[in-house]
Amino acid sequence: MTAQLQLRGARPRRVIGLGAVFASFLYLGAAAVSAAAPWTPTDDSLVLEQVADPRSPEARELTRLQAARAAAPSDPAPALALARRALELGRRDGDARLIGRAEAALAPLLASDSPSTEALLLHATVQQNRHEFRAALETLERVLARDPRNPQAWLTRAVIELVQGDPRRSLASCARLLGRLDSLWIAACAAQARSRAGELQASYEALRAHLERAPDAPPSQRAWVELALGEMAARLGETARAEAHVRAALALDPGDVGARADLADLLLDAGRASEVRDSLAGETRSDLLLLRLTLAEHALGDPAFESHASLLEARARESRLRGAGVHAREEARLALEVRGDAPRALELARASFAEQREPADLRILLFAARAADDPAAAQLALDFLAATHLEDARPVRPAEGKP
Amino acid sequence: MRRVVLLIAMALSLATRAEAHKASDAFVDVRLTDTEVTGRVDVALRDLDLVLALDRDGDGALTWGELRARRADVEAYVLSRLSFAAEDGSACPARAGGLSVDSHSDGAYAVLSVTATCARAPESLRVDYSLLFDEDALHRGILRLETPTGLETAIFAPDARAQVLELDGSGRFGRFLSFVREGVHHIASGADHVAFLLALLLPAVLIGGAARWRPAPAFRPVLREVAKVVTAFTVAHSITLSLAALGWVHVPSRLVESLIALSVAVCALANLRPAAPRFGAALAFGFGLVHGLGFASALADLGSDAWTRVATLLGFNLGVELGQLAIVAAFLPFAFLLRGSALYRRGVVGLGSLAVAGLACVWFTERAFGL
Repeated sequence: MTAQLQLRGARPRRVIGLGAVFASFLYLGAAAVSAAAPWTPTDDSLVLEQVADPRSPEARELTRLQAARAAAPSDPAPALALARRALELGRRDGDARLIGRAEAALAPLLASDSPSTEALLLHATVQQNRHEFRAALETLERVLARDPRNPQAWLTRAVIELVQGDPRRSLASCARLLGRLDSLWIAACAAQARSRAGELQASYEALRAHLERAPDAPPSQRAWVELALGEMAARLGETARAEAHVRAALALDPGDVGARADLADLLLDAGRASEVRDSLAGETRSDLLLLRLTLAEHALGDPAFESHASLLEARARESRLRGAGVHAREEARLALEVRGDAPRALELARASFAEQREPADLRILLFAARAADDPAAAQLALDFLAATHLEDARPVRPAEGKP
Repeated sequence: MRRVVLLIAMALSLATRAEAHKASDAFVDVRLTDTEVTGRVDVALRDLDLVLALDRDGDGALTWGELRARRADVEAYVLSRLSFAAEDGSACPARAGGLSVDSHSDGAYAVLSVTATCARAPESLRVDYSLLFDEDALHRGILRLETPTGLETAIFAPDARAQVLELDGSGRFGRFLSFVREGVHHIASGADHVAFLLALLLPAVLIGGAARWRPAPAFRPVLREVAKVVTAFTVAHSITLSLAALGWVHVPSRLVESLIALSVAVCALANLRPAAPRFGAALAFGFGLVHGLGFASALADLGSDAWTRVATLLGFNLGVELGQLAIVAAFLPFAFLLRGSALYRRGVVGLGSLAVAGLACVWFTERAFGL
């Protein structure tokens, strides 16, 4: 089967004009590490920041787990419990601070000569979240060296291999799960890998049928399978089905930031920017959601996009100060679709593609390569398509928004 | 089994997404003058709330009153986890000044003024930092130290809690050298600058003023003429480069880039008319002014203090000169040897200039009309 990625829309729109481009350069030049100037409020009742609501069940649970860990510093069980819960909440909210708390709870356990298997598995998941794929694979190697059939280790490995753009190796890792794990997980693992290796339609149908036969699967599992199905349906060009799958996932886990971002992408692709703007209004804390909000505002000609884009750029600069560049794919979309800066977008898309090769990475790479008129970069993506037989019916360039 | 399933769900959905929020950072911005380190420490209020439970009424909204009431605790927390010392290990005791607030791209921060005083001016400064590492392993402390000789930056992490910053000036020299390299690189990689230089140099070994080129009789006058041309170009581009890099003039880059292309085309086309009067040095000076504005784009960040700016400009200019001299040195001897041949006069000067002019016209069209 051949690659189907369509190449439409060679150049990004120049909506904002040179004035805005210059304004953004001025902004870049003026921005230092810290914002303007510190000030001293005069009103004690002035609200400075929304912090974690200590009355929420999640915050109370974390406080309880933290206290349990402090009470028994040498006991690994409370530390693992804290790490697991913080990681889970951090994943749902996309909050790096919670991921950091998980890793801090793991740190003393990992410092021992022989860390427990669960500590290593949680550590690998944190590393994977940080996009430290090589380090994560090494940690998983340590687990597999002592427990060669550990299903969690093989599954996490399969996922990383998939993200790195190696669906065949990923499928081989999925195969190691046979007889070790619930069949829906194995089906999901295999379907994801096959769907990126030239069997998109067949693997979509198979996974959908499998989910229908498993009505008792836990909600977290169902939610994830629905998201996987949504991603496949989107690549099949079946937007309505994709939307239904992602909405089903959201119904099971309404707070999932990643699922909300996926839904926004589907709607943006379909030219339904005003729905995105309505559903994400005020979402300035999460970068993933703020990016989609900005894209929607830009597509609608809403001037609010300018301040939101500047905020995202300021965060990217501060992230770079700390030596992290995990947002390259998102930054590339902002540079290309909002700023119209094709060379910068291509640089970022290439950087992202060097680390991870998911359909979204490929799409932005192709889009940027064509906008920057760089056939060599486009060839990089086309070679990958030819080698893996990845299918993606979506246009490279997102649809125009209609106010 | 449920535990495994949860973990798996996490692993799978984490796979494709980086965390959607910026991770926790704190900023230590200080300046060293003689024996004193002064500046500010910015810590996110969300982070301070995690370690000090500032939100007294527990409503999730942190007010200035709640922060102000805990000022002593904030000071104690920061000063117990941030310290400065000289190279001999003698501490530079720190004290806190005022508490204020500021906003960064990801929220509100408490800003604590700090002053640390060393017994004598340190040659290197050791900074120890361990805020939040016990609670958040992804937290980073970002240090900016301004000294009279430049800006030093460092990042603190759980496995890098101490940083030693050398203040002896070797950093400045290294920075200078890096800009010399940058200047050489800029010449070597900028096809338009090389093309311009060649267009100026091609007829240097010939004598015009008649219908046909004649070979120059001796090397010395040729060298003198080339030296004049290169010097005029250098002086001119140094002037505008400095003006632009220091932010005193600003010309849109599209205009500058178009003019550069145009200058290359004009220069190359002039070579096709041996009878035309030559304005070698004057022409080079005029176009040098334009090219200097083009170089300025390579020097976006000059640093904040005057010393760094001057060192950067000098280094970059020196690099540009070295790059130009290398091209002259490689080109001129061959041109002089071949100057008598028809191949040189018609082929190299004629066709070469035509090719350069054609290329420059393409550049001009692309740049001026944004194609």
